[in-house]
Amino acid sequence: MEAQRRRLLLAGMATAFGAAALAQPAGKVIRIVAKRFDFTPAEIALVKDEPVVFELTTRDVAMGFSLPDFKIRADIVPDMVTRVAFTPDRPGTFDFVCDVFCGDGHEDMGGRIVVTA
Amino acid sequence: MQPIDRRDFLKLAGLGGAVFASGLAGCAGMAASEQDEFYFVQLSDSHWGFKGDALNPDAGGTLPKAVAAVNALPFQPDFIVFTGDLTHTTDDPRERRRRLAEFKSIVAGLNNKNVRFMPGEHDASLDHGKAWKEYFGPSNYSFDHKGVHFVAIDNVSDPAAKIGEEQLAWLKADLAMHAMDTPIVVFTHRPLFDLAPQWDWATRDGAQAIEILMPYRNVTVFYGHIHQENHHMTGHIAHHAAQSLIFPQPAPGSQPKRTPLPWDAAHPYRGLGFRSIEAEKDELRIAEYPLVKA
Repeated sequence: MEAQRRRLLLAGMATAFGAAALAQPAGKVIRIVAKRFDFTPAEIALVKDEPVVFELTTRDVAMGFSLPDFKIRADIVPDMVTRVAFTPDRPGTFDFVCDVFCGDGHEDMGGRIVVTA
Repeated sequence: MQPIDRRDFLKLAGLGGAVFASGLAGCAGMAASEQDEFYFVQLSDSHWGFKGDALNPDAGGTLPKAVAAVNALPFQPDFIVFTGDLTHTTDDPRERRRRLAEFKSIVAGLNNKNVRFMPGEHDASLDHGKAWKEYFGPSNYSFDHKGVHFVAIDNVSDPAAKIGEEQLAWLKADLAMHAMDTPIVVFTHRPLFDLAPQWDWATRDGAQAIEILMPYRNVTVFYGHIHQENHHMTGHIAHHAAQSLIFPQPAPGSQPKRTPLPWDAAHPYRGLGFRSIEAEKDELRIAEYPLVKA
């Protein structure tokens, strides 16, 4: 029951993120699949000022997507799509991580976004 | 050998290591009449059950060595606190309980029986603290000792690294029973501030805890999680991270990944240790101890 309630809550949050994303200008969709303990792709090339929409999914356990340099984060809920609109406003290389502890290997679960001017 | 008293011992303990006068400096509330001098010991991140020779080929021997080292202190502390990650994580609930039981059995060898425990995410995040609480009781609590108010905050039982509204309300109510100049020491596992969010070294709602603590004039936080000594101020609140008992991690942001530092066969157990914290009338004095003397 607790797990079901948690999943419903998380699903609600994911929907909210999706709605927020839809309110943003449409952008290129980048699908990111999370599984214990990696993201695919782990490196994402973007262009400054070009909007994108991350579509985050997992068929594994609950996870998180955090891009701290841009203060962006979202929950990734099993078997749901979480959409996050993102427009990089500066060039550089920025790490993203899983910020929901998901097991032995969680500490290695991350990737990076490379933004060119 | 000349006998030494406890104060001389603590001074000597700092030689060759760090003695960090901190936190309660300028603490007018700690009048001598209200607060007896004492000291306690912080141990952290023993990760019992971890296996990985490249990082620690003596993973099964390190915790017993820590117990022996604390027992060998010439003066026993008033109490001992473990600030989380007592065990290394596992997906298997039975194995988790086995590791918790083994950890508890080993630390039962401490001569000082006044031991406080905190969970880390490795202990508690995969089952929301269920197994950990079976062995150690509530994961957030407070107590008073010789004029100092101690508060343990659980920021790991939620796998999203959140303290949560319920616990934040408890913290606020707990502190409200104390004067603004009461010396307050907080124990937690993760840093309450954004030390390195790109390495998941943060607490999602830690800023709310700091906001609740901020009106109190004498607050010091001791935590673990990052497997190294670290000292940081948020306003007047001091935050001190402890070394681990399993393997050291790199300094925040010092390398692209937070890959742990490999075992150094030329300097075994380097970077592993524990600390003492002495509460004097106007400050806390921290002394760092290596697990094994060089």
